[in-house]
Amino acid sequence: MSTRRRPFAVALTLLLAGSAAVAMAEPTPARQKELIHLVRQDCGSCHGMTLQGGLGPALLPATLAEKPAEGLVATIIGGRPGTAMPPWHRFLAEDEAQWIVAKLMTGFPQ
Amino acid sequence: MRHSLQFLLLGLLALLLGACAGTQVRGTGDLGLVIERASGHVTLVNTSAREAYARIGGLGDLSHASVVYSRDARYAYVFGRDGGLTKLDLLEARIVKRVMQSGNAIGGSISQDGRIVVAQNYTPGGIKAFDADTLELLSEVPAEYAPGQFSKVVGLADVPGGKFAYALFDGGEIWVSDFSDPKKPVTQRFPAGQQPYDGLVTPNGRHYLAGLFGEDGIVLLDLWQPEQGARKILEKYGRGEEKLPVFKMPHLRGWSVAAGRAWLPAIGRHEVLVADATTWKETGRVPVKGQPVFVMASPDGRQIWVNFAFPDNGWVQVIDTLSGRVVQTLQPGKAVLHMEFTPRGEAVWISARDDNRVLIYDTRTFRQLGSLPAEAPSGIFFTSRAARIGF
Repeated sequence: MSTRRRPFAVALTLLLAGSAAVAMAEPTPARQKELIHLVRQDCGSCHGMTLQGGLGPALLPATLAEKPAEGLVATIIGGRPGTAMPPWHRFLAEDEAQWIVAKLMTGFPQ
Repeated sequence: MRHSLQFLLLGLLALLLGACAGTQVRGTGDLGLVIERASGHVTLVNTSAREAYARIGGLGDLSHASVVYSRDARYAYVFGRDGGLTKLDLLEARIVKRVMQSGNAIGGSISQDGRIVVAQNYTPGGIKAFDADTLELLSEVPAEYAPGQFSKVVGLADVPGGKFAYALFDGGEIWVSDFSDPKKPVTQRFPAGQQPYDGLVTPNGRHYLAGLFGEDGIVLLDLWQPEQGARKILEKYGRGEEKLPVFKMPHLRGWSVAAGRAWLPAIGRHEVLVADATTWKETGRVPVKGQPVFVMASPDGRQIWVNFAFPDNGWVQVIDTLSGRVVQTLQPGKAVLHMEFTPRGEAVWISARDDNRVLIYDTRTFRQLGSLPAEAPSGIFFTSRAARIGF
């Protein structure tokens, strides 16, 4: 019995560890969907739904290429005083802002 | 699935109507359109039947699209975010003409005589005038407020005398351009204040107001006496308190004046500011549920309907202008983006973007009268705008 159970236990541990690592790095698929909607629709009211800019600057890979990711994450979380960019920390965790920045820099999903 | 079926049926209906267009004779006074921002479509609607009658696609990026009407209220000019300017025929339910006029646009306006359509642009910053019949470019005014520095243009409004007033977000100025000679506009400049975010002209065409984002206050220019320059009203309405975050900029238009007062969104405060429309002194404030986006008077001026920025965008509140108090709080749907009154205001149409629906409310009983499907609906524009100054 015990010899048959052990491989299952090992497999289960690996599976849990694996999914935990994934959860740390990126939001769940359902949350990703919400974040994409938030960025396209609500960030989009200033940055444009296609992220080509409006009252706020464009958020396309080419326009963000020179900017350090940490600075962009800080802007999302804390806003930029003196500009129209508000802080989003009430609605986004830091790792979610990191995920958004990573996606913006490589081409944001539809 | 249910939506796509409804859209398919709409499409078929449009074809059918298109086929009958030759024999159909009707006015356009009860027609209008709903912007479907995510898919580049507009749905054409009839406010008497409370029905959609056609759907037109291929209009590009319609996030933040706005519409003005020809003076015969037959043609709609749709200004898209991507710089597309599309002229639609409401009767034949088709695109008449479409041009790409800039890289990034924010809206437009039509002249007092209906001959010129003017687009306001972020990139390149400035305004462009087009022949309303042909959409041929007539002239442009780059918003170069300092050598080599161009501003995003906001708050464009037609004003009497063949002029257009607008504000420069980056330049901090109000400009008034006279298009009496459409190919040679003449522009006057007025210092305004920090970061004007939108503007409006009062229904009589006399006063141009620009809301400021960078400071507490509204800038007022008396277009009958422009030599007096622009002056600030409702200054320091924030009383030095820290601003709440603004997750969406408010929008201003001439619907703000009702019952002898101007009803204006505060910036960074959950309040509607009220000023006397003769003395322009503050007469009160109305606490509301969130950061107001649209503060719109009903056509008779008895009610003010208010919607809100994210995250309070599921609410709509109604202020009674006689008592100056909120008398109704509604939850029409998810992400309420816009409202539009029927021409004489017995009903209001409300777009709920994340519910993919337009809701119709009775303005007297606040009962829902009906609803229509629309894909991520944003702006709703009825032809009654055709006859209004500043629309």
